[in-house]
Amino acid sequence: MYDTIIIGAGMSGLAAGIRLAYYEQKVCILERHYTIGGLNSFYRLNGRDYDVGLHAVTNFTPKGAKKGPLARLLKQLRFSWEEFALVPQIGSAISFPGVSLKFDNNIELLASEVARDFPHERDNFRTLLGKLVDYDDLSPETFTLSAREVVGQIIHDPLLIEMLLCPLMWYGNAREHDMDWGQFCIMFRSVYLEGFARPFAGVRLILKNLVRKFRALGGELRLRSGVSRIKVEHGRAVGIVLDSGEELTAKRYLSSAGMVETLRLCDDVVEDVSPKAGRLSFTETVSVLDCQPQEIDFDRTIVFYNDSDKFHWQKPEDEFCDVRTGVICSPNNYAYDASDGLLPDGVIRITTLANFDRWANLDDDAYLQAKLRWYDRTVASAVRFMPDFRRHVIDYDMFTPRTIRRFTWHDNGAVYGAPEKQLDGTTHLANLFISGTDQGFVGIIGGIVSGISIANQHLLRD
Amino acid sequence: MTPADIRIEILDILSDIAPDEDLSGLKDDVAFREQLELDSMDFLDIVMELRKRHRVQVPEADYKELASMQSTVDYLTPLMKDL
Repeated sequence: MYDTIIIGAGMSGLAAGIRLAYYEQKVCILERHYTIGGLNSFYRLNGRDYDVGLHAVTNFTPKGAKKGPLARLLKQLRFSWEEFALVPQIGSAISFPGVSLKFDNNIELLASEVARDFPHERDNFRTLLGKLVDYDDLSPETFTLSAREVVGQIIHDPLLIEMLLCPLMWYGNAREHDMDWGQFCIMFRSVYLEGFARPFAGVRLILKNLVRKFRALGGELRLRSGVSRIKVEHGRAVGIVLDSGEELTAKRYLSSAGMVETLRLCDDVVEDVSPKAGRLSFTETVSVLDCQPQEIDFDRTIVFYNDSDKFHWQKPEDEFCDVRTGVICSPNNYAYDASDGLLPDGVIRITTLANFDRWANLDDDAYLQAKLRWYDRTVASAVRFMPDFRRHVIDYDMFTPRTIRRFTWHDNGAVYGAPEKQLDGTTHLANLFISGTDQGFVGIIGGIVSGISIANQHLLRD
Repeated sequence: MTPADIRIEILDILSDIAPDEDLSGLKDDVAFREQLELDSMDFLDIVMELRKRHRVQVPEADYKELASMQSTVDYLTPLMKDL
């Protein structure tokens, strides 16, 4: 009998596991995949390391900062700032036809770019900054207001609204077309007010730190251990059954599998919960170059692009991908210390919106052909917003909604989970809770904070 | 433990929870919140550390007693006198 069983060894599950093991609970984390990390993971191909998920760690605050999610999680998990080894971005951009706004980890750059290109909105932008709700003040009543409506009352130029929304939707919006006001505030803080960083060694450094700490505290981690059922009696979870048939029991259960995915495991849930799942999935091309991106005059860390004045945030219904908008990221373009040297390869990653069903229903040959076709189309779209790097490509890979499904087990390969969030982490069962993407925080730092806060609220107090 | 021992122990817990805080000038009769960057998660950690280190249980209704060093020591003295 465990004190707590945790489903999923992603950021939130590992973080919750550390909190509980630190306070002497007997904890087991079960992971379906053969590796940890969930969406924020990594793999090796042709002798090269590839990241899944991580473009950037958001919520960056410098060493010594006492406020903000990064400082809070380091304190709560007893890590030093140095252990995450975060290096800030060089600088990013939002590029629409004819106008490009630069931003970095100091909001004043974005404010001055807005003042230059949208002088009539200069003061309104300041007003918007003042209206943002702080992380701790988010309430369920205002969380689900329409961000487009709230922002539209403050900023009037439709193009500026689209440009500000574009990176925030790309980095954490499970809803199509619009965004929850609460999620807008979270993402605005984490992207524009705090900002981007990355460890030189990539996301694996953070994952390795989390796992090492969890194990050192006596936590148990089981890979290739998918959960097939949660047994329910009288409104309580009373055990879980693994795919192998093995049964385990605990006093409490925490699932980071996603809300729909968790409900489907529960014995007592008979209705079809699928319609509540998220629909937004991505493809990502990874191009390995024969040079560093800065040698071809590309020095941006991340570029969020959109090829018309209207930003369409929706599942592509008729095609495999929608390449009108995308995110270009180069892990080379961070302000690494000279002593780190350069990353071994120049890398350009480009993310686009994708249709899960179309990718999922292909046989193996057709899947490979689709990857080739959409690699070409994605890159051709992106080079309208950056120097054309295509003659420098020496290797490439592409991951698709199928890959995301394999790593996250989310319905529809939905990167940011279901549009409806469960901020308090509770479920219909008294001793089953959820953390991670469907609780409301996304990204690496968000995932970790989610695991910590659900552990603190529900799993540590007997 | 004497009240003086308990005070030293609380300082040790605080330095664990908030390693970047300077605790040397901490005033005993002023709320922790007014002197240190502590949030509700940190207060939970004081309770959890007491449980982990000394098996002292502080029920949730009593968390408010841990507002300042003085009130914390007063509250814990009867609970920890035999430790």
